[in-house]
Amino acid sequence: MEHSVAYVRTEDAPILKPPANLVGVRGWVMANLFPNWSNSILTVVAALFTYWVLSNVLGWAIFRATWTGESRDACIVEGAGACWPFVQAKFAQWIYGFYPIDQRWRVNVCFFVGAAALIPLLMPSLPYKKWNALFLLFAFPLLALILLTGGHFSFGFGAFISFVVQFLAIVAAFLPLTVFGIENGIKSAKPGLILVALGLVLRVLSYAFDIPLPAILDGVSTTYLIALLLMLAGGAWGLLQVLGAGPQASRPVLRAWLSGGVALLLVAILLKWDFGLEYVETSQWGGLLVTLVVAITGIVFSLPVGILLALGRRSNMPIVKYFSIGFIEIWRGVPLITVLFMASYMLPLFLPPGTNFDKLTRVLIGIALFSSAYMAEVVRGGLQAIPKGQIEAAQALGLPYWSTMNLIVLPQALRIVIPGIVNSFISLFKDTTLVTVVGLYDLMGIVIAGFADAKWASSQTAPTGYFTAALLFWVFCFGMSRYSQYVERRLNTGHKR
Amino acid sequence: MKKLILSLLAAVLFAASAHATTLEDVKARGKLLCGVNPGLPGFADKGDDGAWVGFDVDFCRAVAAAVLGDAAQVDYVALTAQDRFEKLASGAVDVLARNTTWTMERETKFPLRFAGVNYMDGQGFLVARALGVNSVFTMSQAAICFLTGTTTEANVADFFRERQMVFTPVNFDSVNKVVAAYEAGQCDSYTADQSQLYAIRLKLKAPDDHIILPDVISKEPLGPMVRQGDEQWFNIVRWTLFALVNAEELDVKAASVEDLKASSKIPAVRRLLGLEGTFGVDLGLDADWAARAIRATGNYAEIFERNLGKDSPLGIERGINALWSAGGLLYVPPVR
Repeated sequence: MEHSVAYVRTEDAPILKPPANLVGVRGWVMANLFPNWSNSILTVVAALFTYWVLSNVLGWAIFRATWTGESRDACIVEGAGACWPFVQAKFAQWIYGFYPIDQRWRVNVCFFVGAAALIPLLMPSLPYKKWNALFLLFAFPLLALILLTGGHFSFGFGAFISFVVQFLAIVAAFLPLTVFGIENGIKSAKPGLILVALGLVLRVLSYAFDIPLPAILDGVSTTYLIALLLMLAGGAWGLLQVLGAGPQASRPVLRAWLSGGVALLLVAILLKWDFGLEYVETSQWGGLLVTLVVAITGIVFSLPVGILLALGRRSNMPIVKYFSIGFIEIWRGVPLITVLFMASYMLPLFLPPGTNFDKLTRVLIGIALFSSAYMAEVVRGGLQAIPKGQIEAAQALGLPYWSTMNLIVLPQALRIVIPGIVNSFISLFKDTTLVTVVGLYDLMGIVIAGFADAKWASSQTAPTGYFTAALLFWVFCFGMSRYSQYVERRLNTGHKR
Repeated sequence: MKKLILSLLAAVLFAASAHATTLEDVKARGKLLCGVNPGLPGFADKGDDGAWVGFDVDFCRAVAAAVLGDAAQVDYVALTAQDRFEKLASGAVDVLARNTTWTMERETKFPLRFAGVNYMDGQGFLVARALGVNSVFTMSQAAICFLTGTTTEANVADFFRERQMVFTPVNFDSVNKVVAAYEAGQCDSYTADQSQLYAIRLKLKAPDDHIILPDVISKEPLGPMVRQGDEQWFNIVRWTLFALVNAEELDVKAASVEDLKASSKIPAVRRLLGLEGTFGVDLGLDADWAARAIRATGNYAEIFERNLGKDSPLGIERGINALWSAGGLLYVPPVR
């Protein structure tokens, strides 16, 4: 009996471990690296190749490298690898260029404030985004400009006031457009706009030709006075129109107009103020400082200008459209190196003799315009991808043009082209090395300049310098790339593939 | 007619006096503007602390010491080979001390002139020590590396043809390629200007296994330049250079200037250091001008050895740059 029921088990069979070749490290290796003959061969070849590359690079950069020393003597040992003492000796120069050593704290403050303002902006969970962005876009550049150059700019204050007044008058003449919309606005602003235009034409003519008019006030040219009166009249007309629309509509516009004027004056006072900082001319800047100044200026300018150009190129207004097309095609049709040469050697020939504005400034303007043209085409790619139905739906809801763009088209279009935008940023960051051709020492330029130092000349000096420069560039570019992927993941909820 | 000529003369004189001289400009500015090479080992480059050092830089310092009394009062302007003459002519620099070869064209085509020769360069040959060669005259049949598109090419071809020797040219369009070819043994010798060969030797894998032959096959006299039309400034720059060389001849060193000023009985030393005669005042400076320059930078030998010679990594031999009394070609007029 006992035997007849033996097949009925009274307890569970012991749980056996799975076969050793299916689990654990061995299982993973068998499944992924050696599943069959061909893959096994590939694995071995790849492993050998990796070993070869790593052993060479690490052997050169770490195991055989020279780590300490005071001069080239340490690095000319037979069979020695990288010459790191060279990097130690020159590193401060690579960061600050030839910025006076006792003034380097100013650069440090800029780096620190910039990083402290940028990092919270990049973290979506932190509050006060608007104020943070405003600080970074307006206050920080001003701070950096004053700290890095020393401030205390010598421009005539009277000339600046006259500039601000004219600028405010011109803006005031356009104000009705913001209150009444474009079509009605143009109708009501027309007399003011005509007056302002006449004033502007007179100003431009007075630069080109000597207009003989009897002097009314001592020391002030009569043409200038007439032009100023015309512009003021135009501005006043615009303001009257706005006031006529009632306090509800006019108050926010007037407030913005006034605070703009006050901000301009404040900027002028700050730029002219003597903070007691030693003047450091831009020819002494160099290294990472110049690379960052050029790259960040290019990046910050190119995005908004590029968006405007992209919208302009798709506009129905012929002047705006053909201006945008012309601008984009001209700047995109010229190599960056030509732009730089034009900015630093040709431009001074066209300007009136005696005007000598800074070489770095000229290069910054050149790069900003150049990269804007590229950015415009990237953004236009995104705009093309938005179906027309989206715009038509917005129009059906009665949204005006700018609201349609701001609320519906651009948020979608920009999200699509994040990889393209960051691509442009990264290539711009690396293109900054081209500024060496016009005699500015960016990071790459200053690394190469260090090779001329006889104190450090050896067969390993140049490879070590290039290796370190490559690492520094890689850190920045890889950082940008990773952040863009994070933004993509965060925004790309609908059409992720 | 006489009246007309006189008034013209007066106008010319007035125009000349209205225009400040270079010396006045430099004194008013308190700084000497010196054009230098942006980076040439031993001649001009920036040290670890960002300060300019080099043979040409020291010459700028000597001029500043003589004129302004302080060798540190120099603003260095890094100039490229293309824009150096234009910058000097336009007044962007007061002196051009940028390893510039003295040629006829440069004094006749540009409104500039050379104040003297401070370094006699010339095309030389770099060879491996193991080759056992000690003169270029034994190098027939050799393969020679050089950079194309420079006068180097014509010089070496002429030299070999004149002596009915043959060589195999191995040429490239960039210095790095030439160095790589030389290191790889594609040629027996590398030819370029000697000062460059010394700098290139430092970058070889085993610098001490290579030597630069003493033979020189071309003339490359390098010297400081000034603008034409300001004889006073020309004299100051020229005689600062001559004073440094005279100081070597008379064994006046940076460290011994003070002692010699107090005690020297040698007439030539006393004249150089302003104890006799009115040389400095006649130059437009003061009696102490040369002593200041020597105190700031040392004499020619000290400048040479510190930047180019045995106290520098380059280790350039004095060779033809030695004093005439020591078998070289360095010979300057006396202070008398």
